[in-house]
Amino acid sequence: MTTVTPSLIESCHLEELLIDCIAGLLEGSRHIAVGVSSPIPGAAALLARYLSGSRARVSVLGSRQLQSFTDGGVEIFDLAAQGRIDAFFLSGGQIDGSGNINLVGVGEYPTQRVRWSGSFGSAYLYYLVQRVILFRLEHSRRTMVERVDFISAPGSSDENVYRPGGPHALITNLCLFTFDRALQRFRLESIHPGHSLEEVRDNTGFYFDLPQDISSIPVTPVPSDARLSLIRGEIATAISDPYPRFAREILGYASSGGTFDSNTLGNATGPVA
Amino acid sequence: MLGLSPILSRVSYQKRYHLPMTIDFITDLASLAARVPDGAKIALVKTTSGVPMELVRAMIRRGVRGLHVVCVPTGGLAVDLLIGAGCVDILETSGVSLDEFGQAPAFGRAVRSGSLRILDTTCPAVYAGLQASEKGLPFMPLRGLLGSDIAAHRGDWKVIDNPFEEEDPIACLPAITPDFSLVHALQADWQGNLYIGDTREILLMAHAARNTLATAERIIDGNLMEDSVLRSGVIPNIYVSEIAESEDGARPLGMPGGYVVDGKHLALYAEMARDESGFAEYMAKFVLDREAVAE
Repeated sequence: MTTVTPSLIESCHLEELLIDCIAGLLEGSRHIAVGVSSPIPGAAALLARYLSGSRARVSVLGSRQLQSFTDGGVEIFDLAAQGRIDAFFLSGGQIDGSGNINLVGVGEYPTQRVRWSGSFGSAYLYYLVQRVILFRLEHSRRTMVERVDFISAPGSSDENVYRPGGPHALITNLCLFTFDRALQRFRLESIHPGHSLEEVRDNTGFYFDLPQDISSIPVTPVPSDARLSLIRGEIATAISDPYPRFAREILGYASSGGTFDSNTLGNATGPVA
Repeated sequence: MLGLSPILSRVSYQKRYHLPMTIDFITDLASLAARVPDGAKIALVKTTSGVPMELVRAMIRRGVRGLHVVCVPTGGLAVDLLIGAGCVDILETSGVSLDEFGQAPAFGRAVRSGSLRILDTTCPAVYAGLQASEKGLPFMPLRGLLGSDIAAHRGDWKVIDNPFEEEDPIACLPAITPDFSLVHALQADWQGNLYIGDTREILLMAHAARNTLATAERIIDGNLMEDSVLRSGVIPNIYVSEIAESEDGARPLGMPGGYVVDGKHLALYAEMARDESGFAEYMAKFVLDREAVAE
């Protein structure tokens, strides 16, 4: 174990706070799958696996070591349809207050002025995976909109549509929301250290519910020293297979020993899926 | 490694397996590229599974037009080059990007200009369409999809009631039958078998398509089916129409079991292809000038 000192928390990156927070959301999952270009969710899934005593299975797409599919590209979707994936991550160029996500573009479809990559597996996995965690590191009125321009996958469906899964939470660089499937809207759960309710409101284009007592909205907890050591140690080592640069630059992972960066909380540099 | 010239190894192989002395399904890259006519519906696999890049470049050099490209299930450099070179009329895809190197620039331009007809889909829908085709079925039902704008814009998708349950609408997707699946394999043998390892989406593509045209890193003297370990990762020759040897045929993308993606080259492409003139420059240097590519 790395020697634990009080200075660890002061040097906590936003990424590390998010990893710890997401791992909490994943508790109890039997199998967590993570898409490509998702180092923070990937690290969170590995942390959840560690905390579960390795009971949780983890599949990190794009990694040779951290996924064990043998049936080709279709396998993850077949697993999801059978209920064999408990948690997955999605993002959106736009996310709206009903949990609709847009991965296609801005403007009138199909000749949009801004065109993103496409919907990937979202129009399927969002319906079938019990806990879908929405993850977006740019929390702004550009990304958190009242209504998405294109619904890659809807946040909720008519009652007769087979839909065991859907949005569970939305985590950003500012705060954590949970999604109420009955009310079909988000509820603010906690605000990350250094940010305020005003800031969240100013940067959110959709309506969301607040906790009962708005005078004491929880602050997203900073990981403990022990947890930070774990993230910078074993978790960084494990995530360095698919994401060597992330492990090195953000978690301070060095295969020879480990040196920590001194960037402080708030310098979000992680990519967005 | 091929110690012998292809002709010698072919003859020795034919003698050993008592095959006819003509094997005309083994051809060269330009001839393989010429097999794909204008207007064909082709399937190309996702970037990480080994894309026949050299074949794609040969098709661009040939000047193929009017393609309907089915991405299995996503596209990258190959698709962006084909679009930028004006080879594609219809693109069926769950996503196109250069992965960590950002958005696919030629794709973005084509969408904005309206020059490309795009059929947005989702990954499992591509697989389901191909699975319908491999089973000889007209369609495949699939969960999800309902209420998305993807489904709203796909007039060829239908919703039916589950015939076995009350109140259970389910989407049905027509079979996807490519005229050609274009694949790249680590190895081929003189019998026309292809070793693809565990990238089984390529096996699905071969099952689903009318024809499969393949490039292979090496054509080996022997029979891939004789090795019980390799055999589980083989596309049998039943599905394979023609093969050309193409060492480093997936570069600058990676090849599972072979080599990794050339990130520097992809970064260079992302930079050059940001505008049309840069794209043309890239084409001239890395696609149209075959000698430069071979270096």
